[in-house]
Parts: sequence; C-alpha cells; structure tokens
Amino acid sequence: MQPLLVCDGLIAGYDRPVVGPVSFDLYAGEVVGLLGSNGAGKSTLLKSLTGQARIFDGRLTRARGLRMAHHRQQPVRPRECPLTGDDLVRLTGAGRRTPPDDVARLLDCRMDQLSGGQFQIVQIWACLGSPADLILLDEPTNNLDPEATAGLIRLIREGLGGRTLLVVSHESDFIQTVCSRVVPVSP
Amino acid sequence: MLELLLDPLFHLPFVTGLLLAPVAAMVGVYLRLRDEWLAALAYAQLAGAGGVVAVALHAPVMLGAVVAAGGLAVIKGLLTRPGNDHYVIFILVGWGVALVASAFSAHGDMVGKSLMDGQLYFTGRPHLMAAVALIVAGVLCLPWLSGCLLMSRFYPDHFSANGLSARPHQITFDLLVVATVAITTTSFGVMAAFALLFVPAWIAWRLARGWVWVLWLAAGIAVAAYLLSFVLAVVLDQPFGPVLVLVLAAMSLLRWLPMPVPGRR
Repeated sequence: MQPLLVCDGLIAGYDRPVVGPVSFDLYAGEVVGLLGSNGAGKSTLLKSLTGQARIFDGRLTRARGLRMAHHRQQPVRPRECPLTGDDLVRLTGAGRRTPPDDVARLLDCRMDQLSGGQFQIVQIWACLGSPADLILLDEPTNNLDPEATAGLIRLIREGLGGRTLLVVSHESDFIQTVCSRVVPVSP
Repeated sequence: MLELLLDPLFHLPFVTGLLLAPVAAMVGVYLRLRDEWLAALAYAQLAGAGGVVAVALHAPVMLGAVVAAGGLAVIKGLLTRPGNDHYVIFILVGWGVALVASAFSAHGDMVGKSLMDGQLYFTGRPHLMAAVALIVAGVLCLPWLSGCLLMSRFYPDHFSANGLSARPHQITFDLLVVATVAITTTSFGVMAAFALLFVPAWIAWRLARGWVWVLWLAAGIAVAAYLLSFVLAVVLDQPFGPVLVLVLAAMSLLRWLPMPVPGRR
C-alpha cells in the first residue's frame, strides 16, 4: 500500500528552523499522534504540511490528489461573526453528513454566541465531516472540559469513517486513547 | 410632491441607484468579511480622485475612476498584508489629489464638487449600463466567489494545503470591488458610496443569523435607505449624497437591536 504522506528528515520553521528532523509515513485509515512538549514545533510541522511554514531540509511527499483539512490550534473566530455553525459545516462540505447530536444542537447558533468549547467542537466536526482524505487536528482538546473531551473522542471515532487523521497534542492521555501510532516531536 | 418624484428626468438616475445600492451593500459585506472595511473608503476616495484627474486629461470620468481604483487594487495585491493603516494613506492621497486636480479647470472643479456632494441626478445611460453589467457579473461569479472568500477567511491554509491557487478568486474579488466602487462613487459621490459599502454590512453583521441572511439584510437595508433618501432629497431639494449618508447614519442605530437568539430564525 502506498502511503498518503511521507515526511523524510523534515526540518521546518519560519525565518529559521523550529522543528526536526522528523520522519514518518501516513497510511490510509491510520490515526497518528504527534506528541511533544509545548514549543516542540508540533504546530509548525503541521503548517509545513499545509504550505504555511517553510521546509528547510528533508523531503515531503504527498499522494497524488490528496485532499487535506486542517483544524488550526487557534481557529479563525472574529469577535463579531454572523456565520452559524451550519454555515461553517456547509462551507467545508461537512453539511452533507448527518452530524452527531452533540454537534447538531450547536449548528443553529452564531459562531460568536458559542462558548470556546462549543466552537471547538463545531470546528472539529467541520473538518472531520469534510470530504478530505487526511485531517489534521492541532490541539483539538483546547477549551474542552473532561466531559467534552470524552465527546471529542467519540466524535473522532464515529466521524472519521476510515480516513486518515494526524493529531497534535501535548496531552499524552488523549493521544494514547485516540491514536494507533505516536510520533515524538522535539525541536 | 408625487409629480416631482415621477418626473421622467429622474427615472434613469432612480433605476441606476436602485440597482447599485444593494450591490454595493453586498460587496461591503465581503469587504467586512476580509477585515477590509476601511478599504471601501480608500477605494471610493481614489475613484473620486481618478474621476477628477480624468477631467483634467479630457478622459471619461468613469474611466478615470476605474483606473484609480484599479491602481489601488494592484498596490493592495503587492502588499502582503495590507492593513487599515495603509488604507488611511490612500484615503489622504485620494482626497489631496482630488482637490488639487479640481483646481486645474472649471469643469474639473464642477466634477470634483459633484463627486463630493453626491448628485445622483447627473448619472446617465453609461452608469445604468455599467450597473446592469455589474449585476450580471456579480450574479455569475458570486456563488463560486463567495465560497472561496469564506474558505480563505476561516480556513486560511485550505488553498495551499490542497495545491490550489488563491489568486483567481482574490483577483476576481478585487475587480468586482473596483468596478462597484468606481460606478457607485461616480453615481452617488465619495461619501455616499462609502456609506453604502460600510453601514448596511455593519448593521447586518450584528443582526443576522447565518451568512445568507447577512447578504439579504444588508441589501434590504441599502434599498430601504436608498428609497427613503431619494424621496427626501427630491422633496427637500437637497443633494442626494449627504441625505443618503444621514439616513444610513440614522439607520445604524438598528445595530443596538437585540441580537438574534438561537432557535428563533
């Protein structure tokens, strides 16, 4: 089986290198976690996969036609925003799938009327429900209490539908629970 | 009063304005989405300056407005992160150039004054044709453009992550803004064009729940303000631009209505 993505000795950063060298392969249907301390460069590594950070050295190979969705560590959320959760999930193509009840009850609200945790859940579903082949989740447990984190784990398990997930988190327990494989990341 | 309103002299300007007002408001919604609301004034001010400079060069006013607004779009594209600070400089340059250029001839002075005053009644058939063309272009490209602009705003790395270029939709939007502002400015005047781009979107942003409703509400507010202003300006024999600005300023109080409650659309 051909990998969806190959990172071979990847060194990434902005003005200067921040993370790497990192090497890993991603295969269809895998849930892989990138685990590292704060400042290890996990988010920068994800941004290098989406073209938002510079690759200084190493090789990044993507499968032909690979579609990606990226849930950023700090998703864009204007202070005043009339878009509803429904608008957001329609935008990414997640509107074609039936959302779990935890998500469905939030979709009618304006984004600026959701709490931080509710907004996080809607954003994650917008990525998970999209038709992307590879979904990148950057610190998805941000703003979530333990109950919401349990809901997020259910959401990932039920919403992934055999696609590939790359998760960044500094929470080891969460990574160990949802991921089938863990890649350590250090600066 | 009714006789005055139904005067054939006003038919063409009335229809032109009625077509332009909702288009300008909808474009204003997308400028707000991109945090570029001050760009609306910069575009309007430079379009006005371009119109006055065109008179000095014996060229059509609307052509000058389009070229000047287009110049701003090009400069904006070259700046990697144009912020509102940049737009302030463009506003000041536009204001200064308009006043200096208008001093060169009596005709330039008249055009400059009409662009500042906002005299809708001087619009002619070219404005109407341009407004119709603008609506056709908007209707054709908005379904595609809207999705791209929203994705760019809320998922900034969607395009680079999927090997797609963001340039086509960025350039198309800039062209749409340039055309809208140039035609609206030469029809309504600088400040009235800015007010149409800014105020309806600002009110709708606060009150609407859902993206489609923002667009419809902004367009509805613009049409209501336009109709009221047209009647007031004719009846009170006042320049149209300032009346529209004052009506929109009064309507901005609508922002203080309660926000929509989830579950009640």
